Amino acid sequence: MWAILSVLVENKPGVLFKITNLFRSKNFNIDSISVGVTENPEFSKMTITTIGDEKRVAQIIKQLNKLIDTVEVKRLDEKMTVYRELVLMKIKASKPSEITEIMNLANAFECKIHDVRQSSIIVEITATPDKIDAFTDMVKNYKITDIARTGITALARGVNHES
Amino acid sequence: MSGSKALMDALELEGAKTVFGIPGGANLPMYDELFKSNIRHILVRHEQSAAHMADGFGRVSRKPGICFATSGPGATNLITGIATAHADSSPMIAVTGQVPISMIGKDAFQESDIIGISNPVVKYAFQPKTPSEVPEVVKKAFYISSTGRPGPVLIDVPKDVQQNEEEMNFPDVVKIRGYHPWTDPDITQIQRAIEILLKAERPIILAGGGVIISGAFAELQTIAELLMIPVVTTFKGKGSFPENHILSLGPIGMHGHAEANKMMVEADCVLAIGTRFSDRSVGKFEDFEKNLSIIHMDVDPAEIGKNQTASVAVVGDVQASLRIMVKMMIQKAIKKTEKTKWMKRVEETKEYWQKNLKIHQGDLGAAKVLRKLREVLPHKAITTTEVGQHQMWTSLFYNVIQPGTFFSSTGLGTMGWGFPAAIGAKVAKPDVPVVDIAGEGSFNMTENSLAVSVLENIPVIVFVMNNQSLGMVAQWQRTFYDRRMIGIDLKGCPDYVKIAEAYGAQGIRAESLDEIGKAVKIALKSDVATVIDIPIDPEEDVLPFVAPGTALKDMVLPS
Repeated sequence: MWAILSVLVENKPGVLFKITNLFRSKNFNIDSISVGVTENPEFSKMTITTIGDEKRVAQIIKQLNKLIDTVEVKRLDEKMTVYRELVLMKIKASKPSEITEIMNLANAFECKIHDVRQSSIIVEITATPDKIDAFTDMVKNYKITDIARTGITALARGVNHES
Repeated sequence: MSGSKALMDALELEGAKTVFGIPGGANLPMYDELFKSNIRHILVRHEQSAAHMADGFGRVSRKPGICFATSGPGATNLITGIATAHADSSPMIAVTGQVPISMIGKDAFQESDIIGISNPVVKYAFQPKTPSEVPEVVKKAFYISSTGRPGPVLIDVPKDVQQNEEEMNFPDVVKIRGYHPWTDPDITQIQRAIEILLKAERPIILAGGGVIISGAFAELQTIAELLMIPVVTTFKGKGSFPENHILSLGPIGMHGHAEANKMMVEADCVLAIGTRFSDRSVGKFEDFEKNLSIIHMDVDPAEIGKNQTASVAVVGDVQASLRIMVKMMIQKAIKKTEKTKWMKRVEETKEYWQKNLKIHQGDLGAAKVLRKLREVLPHKAITTTEVGQHQMWTSLFYNVIQPGTFFSSTGLGTMGWGFPAAIGAKVAKPDVPVVDIAGEGSFNMTENSLAVSVLENIPVIVFVMNNQSLGMVAQWQRTFYDRRMIGIDLKGCPDYVKIAEAYGAQGIRAESLDEIGKAVKIALKSDVATVIDIPIDPEEDVLPFVAPGTALKDMVLPS
């Protein structure tokens, strides 16, 4: 089972290390992780996706909560969450007409186009993992020469309840 | 004020009277302030022992013990001791020196990344970057170490932070956003726990180390007596309940009492208090929870559901939870007097195994030796153990009568822990006799603490059950590796009587039960540490035995 965890942590050096070291030492798996400072610079928010059965995910959440530098750990319900990943893909074209084909595909997936050249193009797609997979599948006839992914980042839908 | 002065003042404000440690280049400024302070310094001979002494002190006094080490190897030498305290939830403050901030990351002389190295084995680690952070860091360290589920906290102080001066502010209270050690126990869960216990046909109490850490001895006993149900313990929980009590069955587990393992397997409901259901206690996880409803009380929410699935979970300090439980039971006038079928079965089983468990028949069989020790030692005496066969024999044959007088490295299983921990225990309670029940293999690992015991006038007794080998490993090689014995023969080297004498301690060789009795009596009156060397049979196995990966029901009994 796939779980999206939103982890609010103290924004100070070494906290990312503690989180990843916890996953390593407990033999949990990090599928993706993205980190950034929040609107309040004292905190960072980490979005971690992980895979495991219900019991394991519950245990991961408890262990994360136990860390003193974590302020809040939330498991996000996929249906009630806006989640996106940004992917940059460099695709090689063997002839100029292929560039046009790739651009058409990219437009169909609402991608952004960067760095168009004679024989290569960089496509930026910001989407859910499903849509990214679908796009990757569509362009697999061309040669993807490089790829960089940010990992998923997510926010719960609706108004925040102040605690 | 300098960071070092602030450190000593802050430690004194937290009630520090003693630190165990070794000075070196990177912690000299703090030692210079230690010199001027009212805190007693106990010079150890290896940093690992400093941590074990602080650990022993912490477990007995239930306040953090403090150890000091310099940077680099001094700090890394502490790690085994810190990890031991972490595994057994023992409060400890470890203060290390570090190279100056400008040198961090430059691979400086005696630089080690102790914050990174210690991460998995500390509850928290601090590295103040300016002197003025020191008072708050110390306050937070004690708060984190001693509250909730206790554990070791490291403070790594760069040398310039020790030396530089800044204006200091000593806070009275500290708040940590991500740390909430106190959870009020959920009354409705306790209510449900009582209902389930009353409905159960074959209820049992499993008391873990949490009972000892929270000092919930009286509450545990009251509940057992009100419900009239048997009490088993984990090995770490040994001595949370008087082992001469009619309801006591002793520890369960790999080398648990036969009657305890048998009744644990037959029980249909367990009130598990302050335990993490370690593999050594419960055997195969899937088998343990089968047909058993588990009521789990623990201060650490992460323990709920980690190894075993609980029907009812009560999160909170176990003493607080048990107090509420006692109050509710008294309000409801719950007091069982009638002897149930289950209780009769428990009593019969206990009686049978106490009479019929086969023990080693030699004059210095483990059971005889340890029962002799129990006979001679006063109930208030504190015992620690090392790790190995002697430890498991202690679990089987040495009854802890007064709750909270028994301590062992149960989680990490650190050989060499018992002796320095005994010294730490004796510092916490100087008026009580302290005995380290040891094997010679373990004692050999930290025996240089004899110098500390003698020179610092901290007389403890080391009761060495000497089988001239790494006995537990030998037992496994006999049992699982077809007697291919390798790496276990210590060949009677060194001579522990002479070792004791070399350090200015007292060494006695005791070769009969009578001599053991006499030696312990002499040791109890001695002003210096006494090492009692007892030659035992190298072939004696610890039995009963639940082999690793098997269930309690698969216990192998002596034949």
